[in-house]
Amino acid sequence: MNLILGGIAWILDPANQTGPNGWFARLAEQLGYTFGAVAIAAVIAIPLGYLVGHTGKGRDLAVSISGGLRALPSLGVLILFGFALGIGFKAPLLTLVVLAIPPLLAGAYSGFEAIDRRTVDAARAVGMTELQVVGKVEVPLGLPLLIGGVRSSILQVVATATLAGYIGGGALGTYIFQGAATRDYEQMLGASILVTALALVLEGIFALLQKLVVPRGVVAKEPQEVRTRSSRPRAAMGSPIREGK
Amino acid sequence: MIEFRSVTKQFPDGTVAVDDFDLVIPPRQTTVLVGSSGCGKTTLLRMINRMIDPSSGSILIDGEDTAKLAPVQLRRRIGYVMQNSGLLPHRKVVDNVATVPLLNGVPKGEARERALELLDTVGLDRSLATKYPRQLSGGQQQRVGVARGLAADPNILLMDEPFGAVDPIVRAELQRETIRLQQELGKTVVFVTHDIDEAFLLGHQVVILQKGGHIAQLGSPAEILANPADDFVATFVGADRGKRALRIQRVDGRDVVVDQNGTPTGVLQP
Repeated sequence: MNLILGGIAWILDPANQTGPNGWFARLAEQLGYTFGAVAIAAVIAIPLGYLVGHTGKGRDLAVSISGGLRALPSLGVLILFGFALGIGFKAPLLTLVVLAIPPLLAGAYSGFEAIDRRTVDAARAVGMTELQVVGKVEVPLGLPLLIGGVRSSILQVVATATLAGYIGGGALGTYIFQGAATRDYEQMLGASILVTALALVLEGIFALLQKLVVPRGVVAKEPQEVRTRSSRPRAAMGSPIREGK
Repeated sequence: MIEFRSVTKQFPDGTVAVDDFDLVIPPRQTTVLVGSSGCGKTTLLRMINRMIDPSSGSILIDGEDTAKLAPVQLRRRIGYVMQNSGLLPHRKVVDNVATVPLLNGVPKGEARERALELLDTVGLDRSLATKYPRQLSGGQQQRVGVARGLAADPNILLMDEPFGAVDPIVRAELQRETIRLQQELGKTVVFVTHDIDEAFLLGHQVVILQKGGHIAQLGSPAEILANPADDFVATFVGADRGKRALRIQRVDGRDVVVDQNGTPTGVLQP
């Protein structure tokens, strides 16, 4: 308990807040990694996911690639990239991009796949081009699942961005690795609390966003029987035909 | 006029849905393609607007080979109404109706104004324009689907079992509306159904199909009833049963029409 209080005290101490090594700056770095990595991953994964979802081709490949990427241990990838790219922000950013891709890819193609095939068929039948089918039908209707993918991508990346500190890439992990070396547990705890709080805040924001992007007609429910004309005489009711003789 | 000339469709899995099919669909009339599932009727319909391309043979609209036309442009000038309406769930009714004019570059205000008029045409209250499809009943959705099909003022309207999923009372209403609209607007309607009563009710020309798109009989409902081509057609239209096999009984000097079971159904007018 004293340790946690110590962690909170560390957060509240103005000396730890400002300056290049203050946690304001480190938190900003953490956010920079998060949004930077997710943005780069989005540029790669969303068009790819849309292509897979629209054409229905390459789905198995997409599933195994994203499954494979998910299975990679981030620390290992980071060290590998660290050897290749050296100390700095590049290796952590690249590691986080790899981590961010699978949920985005899955969100993009599963969003398309979840749409009623008849809706897409009808859009095509009334004369939409393939691009219009994607832009006017599949993207808006697939948005909730895509945002779900963005949400889980952000959540994983914001937590894992802590690893950047391991190879001198800055962000909140810096305190944790420094603290471990110097046995400054209050600093470690303070930083951990900050990472956790950041993750929760982002999760909350995206949960809300996910609700907001559900197209309005899709939320709207409750069919109501509004007869606009008086009832008509009943016409002949059809009986289904019988097969063969 | 729509012409099928020795049209064959074999799907990649080897199924021959339509085999050497010939048919002339006259303009400004309703032609109904009727048959059991697997007879190729929907495939035939979808070949008209190139949602499916034939493996061989050609389809001509007013003498023009559709294979030479761009599919997207062709579809925009042919109305299409499908089962379960196929409306876009995220768009309001008015925007659903205006879909095709908007694709054709008609200004938004004008397209919406026209869409509202079409709601009148298909018998829907204009207050429904700002609702989303899910907020409407099945029958209302189907009317919106018809309005969308008519929005670009096409000469041809394709209807693929449009009333298959609505209850019998609403279905009867929609059938009457379809007859009224066809008479008022003079469209060439191609209608697909598995229901022979619906076919006889709506069709000027009825095409009874057997497996592989083979025409069992082609003619007006009266011609088919008067002279079924073979046993298949006779069974199919139920020529020997119920209300299709009527007899006349002389009662008190009047001709009373009775059905197969002897139940009176009406009196012949002099």
